[in-house]
Amino acid sequence: MLASLVGFLGDFDRAEEAAQEAFTVAAERWSAADVPANPGAWLVATARRRALDRIRRERALAGKVHLLLPEATVAVDDFDDLIESGRFDADGTASIRDERLELLFTCCHPALAPEARAALTLRALGGLATADIARALLVPEETVRRRLTRAKAKIRATAIPFAVPGAHRLSERLDAVLSVIHLIYNEGCRGRVDLGAEALRLGRVLTGLLPREPEAHGLLALMTLHRARFPDADADADAGDGAGAGAGDGDGHGGGAELVLLQDQDRSLWDRQGIAAGRAVLDGAVALGGPVQHGPYVLQAAIAALQTRERVDWPQVARLYGRLAALTGSPVVQLNRAAAIARAGAPHTALRLIGSLDLDGCLYLHSTRGELLRRLGHTARARAAYGRALDLATTAPERRFLARRLEEL
Amino acid sequence: MQYALLFYAEPGLAESLSAEDLADAQAEYAELVEDGRFRDCARLLPPESATSVRRSGGRTLLTDGPFADTEEVLGGVCLVEAADLDEALDLAARAPLLRLGGTVEIRPVVRS
Repeated sequence: MLASLVGFLGDFDRAEEAAQEAFTVAAERWSAADVPANPGAWLVATARRRALDRIRRERALAGKVHLLLPEATVAVDDFDDLIESGRFDADGTASIRDERLELLFTCCHPALAPEARAALTLRALGGLATADIARALLVPEETVRRRLTRAKAKIRATAIPFAVPGAHRLSERLDAVLSVIHLIYNEGCRGRVDLGAEALRLGRVLTGLLPREPEAHGLLALMTLHRARFPDADADADAGDGAGAGAGDGDGHGGGAELVLLQDQDRSLWDRQGIAAGRAVLDGAVALGGPVQHGPYVLQAAIAALQTRERVDWPQVARLYGRLAALTGSPVVQLNRAAAIARAGAPHTALRLIGSLDLDGCLYLHSTRGELLRRLGHTARARAAYGRALDLATTAPERRFLARRLEEL
Repeated sequence: MQYALLFYAEPGLAESLSAEDLADAQAEYAELVEDGRFRDCARLLPPESATSVRRSGGRTLLTDGPFADTEEVLGGVCLVEAADLDEALDLAARAPLLRLGGTVEIRPVVRS
């Protein structure tokens, strides 16, 4: 509803205000027996009418034309007609275009501050209140309010378009949208408000609106598979050493390596249906991509899918991490690749690869190194590596886990 | 809508180019200016030529040099006409300066 209103009015604040008013009117008028046949369309039409009334009033006052789009008057007359004539249920939905895609591209425009994009997307497409967004992103409510205000002001002042980008920049802009949704998903894994569910919903909206984009399906598959493996993404989950599995880190968010060792995970807790659903989405993404090179989200989903198998094909996981590393140039992905190489039975190769990475400040590099050295019987060097990891640990579960590992050595 | 494109580069960039590269860049800029959407464009002389003026206590004070002492310096300005930010970004992306390591800042012009 908000998407359609922003598209129509070209202004976030106005759209929000109008939506609010429409809901108020609905609350007054609708009784259980008297709900319009198409409540959604009724609300949009009412909100548009209210907004235009307001704009007309303001225009009369100011004596200036600022905001009214030329075709708006025509459109609203149509809606008035529709409502009056009672033909609403037949034509209502068809008349109101689904403009969520445009809204998504506006909210994720790279000219907006990265931290504002997620907040704006959650506000505009998820309908989350400022307080919920603040709780979810673990920042003060005032900060979220400021980010939203600044972003909306920039959209208005610089005329960031409310449109699906042209072909020559679609892929770059789609990447920006995907990374915002992925960020929202990752933030969800830190607990509090269930952003994971919200990100999945956005992922489904996006694949519904762009059914031919393999990467959109790839991201949805990745999130679906991940959620199936970590059903309660518990913030207090025990810390692992990253030598096991690792969700790749396509865009620089998150720590890269996972907290729970794949081999220590209780597979009986996995959501089998979710895994099947994720695999199906992945199959669709791979089919869409055809023979062309797969993008980072499809690759990450493919890795996640392999890791849900009864017997994990580690050489194949390592190969996919290799392709992902070539695409992203991320040393964190290389670290995950090294872990997979070790699991595939080549710990020396893995150690050499780890030694070549410029990730000295990364806890998982040192814990992975420590684990490999321990298995190869180099106890003293393993102890040093685990010690370095412990120095870098910031959370209690991480420290607990690493301290226990050190004791066991 | 009108946008200002502000061209920033490390000082001495133009001087560091070979005669050939410089001629190429200048030809590209000439082409850009022929696009109707590029309105006024001006290339500025280096910041060593700048004089800054301010008024303090009723007196006009002059300083030798640019107002802001920054790593990169303002080397030119263009006013462009574009429907929205994406079109302005397209125009900015055509500046040879980007290829040479500079930055283009885009600012909407206040509508009077």
